[in-house]
Amino acid sequence: MRFVEEFRSEAEVRRLALAIARLVTRPWSVMEVCGGQTHSIVKHGLTELLPEGVELVHGPGCPVCVTPVDKVDAALDLARRSEVILCTFGDMQRVPGTTGDLARAKAEGADVRIVYSPLDAVELAAAVPTREVVFFAVGFETTAPATALAVLHAARRRVDNFSLLVAHVLVPPALNALLADDGRRVQAFLAAGHVCAVAGYAAYEAIVARHRVPIVVTGFEPVDIMAGVYRCLRQLEEGRAEVENQYERCARLNGNPEARAAVDAVFQVSDAAWRGLGELPESGLRLRPGLARFDAERRFGAPYGRDELASGCLAGKVLTGALKPTACPHFGGRCRPETPLGAPMVSSEGACAAYYQYRRRKES
Amino acid sequence: MSPLGRPSPFGGGELVRMAHGGGGRAMWDLLRSLLPALPGMPTPDELHDAATLDAGPGRIAFTTDSYVVSPRSFPGGDIGDLAVNGTVNDLAMAGARPLWLSCSLIVEEGLPTVELERVLRSIGRAAQAAGVTVVTGDTKVVERGKGDGLFVNTSGIGAVPEGVTIGPASIRPGDAVVSSGDLGRHAVAVMTAREGIDAGVASDTTPLHGAVAALLAASVDVHCLRDPTRGGLASTLVELAEASGLAMEVREDTIAVSEGVQGVCELLGLDPLYLANEGRFVAFVPETDATRAVAVLRNRPESAGAAVIGRVLDDRTPLVTLASRYGGRRNLSMLSGEALPRIC
Repeated sequence: MRFVEEFRSEAEVRRLALAIARLVTRPWSVMEVCGGQTHSIVKHGLTELLPEGVELVHGPGCPVCVTPVDKVDAALDLARRSEVILCTFGDMQRVPGTTGDLARAKAEGADVRIVYSPLDAVELAAAVPTREVVFFAVGFETTAPATALAVLHAARRRVDNFSLLVAHVLVPPALNALLADDGRRVQAFLAAGHVCAVAGYAAYEAIVARHRVPIVVTGFEPVDIMAGVYRCLRQLEEGRAEVENQYERCARLNGNPEARAAVDAVFQVSDAAWRGLGELPESGLRLRPGLARFDAERRFGAPYGRDELASGCLAGKVLTGALKPTACPHFGGRCRPETPLGAPMVSSEGACAAYYQYRRRKES
Repeated sequence: MSPLGRPSPFGGGELVRMAHGGGGRAMWDLLRSLLPALPGMPTPDELHDAATLDAGPGRIAFTTDSYVVSPRSFPGGDIGDLAVNGTVNDLAMAGARPLWLSCSLIVEEGLPTVELERVLRSIGRAAQAAGVTVVTGDTKVVERGKGDGLFVNTSGIGAVPEGVTIGPASIRPGDAVVSSGDLGRHAVAVMTAREGIDAGVASDTTPLHGAVAALLAASVDVHCLRDPTRGGLASTLVELAEASGLAMEVREDTIAVSEGVQGVCELLGLDPLYLANEGRFVAFVPETDATRAVAVLRNRPESAGAAVIGRVLDDRTPLVTLASRYGGRRNLSMLSGEALPRIC
């Protein structure tokens, strides 16, 4: 299959593995920002192809995982209202809040529906004008344009029973927060290719200048990841710190102008709370004042403020790369995909889920 | 007015009414009109509370399954042939020759009767193709909003040939794992039908007892058979590793996935190893029989893509390992949660 197979070539992966082995002279630590990259790395066993001392650390790039518990609780409260149909991406269903999860709320009678696109939620709202359709809008720069289009679509069609529970967040502020941390262990970043395809990578220049850290915009297939790691290591070995673009087939310096314009028309940058990272300035999106009628928290009132789960989940440490999932005392014991203590064990981009699903649990 | 029901107020033909499940005249008339779709089924006048069957000497296999797929019709099949093939295949996986089926329908009030007739005809055709007879059945009608159109339950009885003991307990270290074909077609066909996507992928739903009989006829020493339906190949293998208490290893580069299925998986982020199949099975056979088993299977259209995909290890740790194309290895785990609801 074109555009897939060439980026999964065994020969190319082995060639890059060899090039990396010849390149490195000392230990390095590289963070893959996106949970999709974490899954690809673990699924294809790429860490086994890297020389000893080169460590890949997973980052905060799992939108479901960084969604704060109070938003999950808000979604649960909304879903339990009889007039509300709560639409969500499938990943959010099993993420535990303080009062259960959406899958359980559904079983208890709440009207929770899985959608592939926020536009489906607008269509649903238009079809059932007597109900309130709330879309739980989670995700980074990648999903925000589709949410923005849904709002524009609803505004144009005057679908007044559609609203958003907004939990969109932005990647660059999270990288800044990680780098500002004193105990920082990460020496280079694989930036998430699809985020850059939408938002561009101009914003990373300032991060590189300020923190002197190599950032390579990287795709998700095995060849992409190995090439991204190679480029990071080459910069580190040569003492350089620049933004490079490995994902040239999709990502441009300024991203996708139409997508950015849609996001800009609907949202403005605001402070946001992240699970694991806390409140970060200018790290999230909220609806512009002229579209505030689509804000579910405003429409239904949102007396929320719980911030952490009492379950013992160490998501904060996992999301900042400070704790490997397998080093968590709960991993595979109390915490499994069937009985998750927190989001990283259930999300398809969650690091704990990746390690649980793909890691060898026994050397043979 | 036809005995089948009243004309629809929406002008879309006749609809099933509550009275059709009421045990009275309307139900009797409905049965009379539907039963001819099922060849070999007793006529309404011959119907009794139970079918009496002559199973002969030896053991029988007995299984049951309910079918709630949505949408009821999808590329390559519908709820009718799925309900026959699924139960026939469960019998086949025990090495049995499928003989008789029961068929129970739970119909939601308001289902167009033409659709009910279409499904019944589909059940009749599939039964005939599989060489089984529907010998007993039941129809219930539930109020509008209390079902989802149509649910079908079938139970099946088959005859187990003498000396055949196929099951997880017979799996042995060194066994070859043979897959009968490429993966994921059924799940993708249902999913794309649901989403209105034309991916050109048809369900693989088909009866498998012929392929199993061919293996047995060729004196392949079949240790275990399993059809990877919901949960896909990965969940099936993990289930069998746990049931047999043995480790298994499969090689990623030997597992076939069609381009259409792969394309949908790339688009939607699905893993073909976890997608449901309705016309595939894995067979565990001694390594010495593996080449012959593959040759026998490749001779038949429903298993033309058969290949050895792995082996059972001499290791009492019930884990399934996948050797990736890059030389890395990872564990396969069971599907967690629901990947795609209501696909069978």
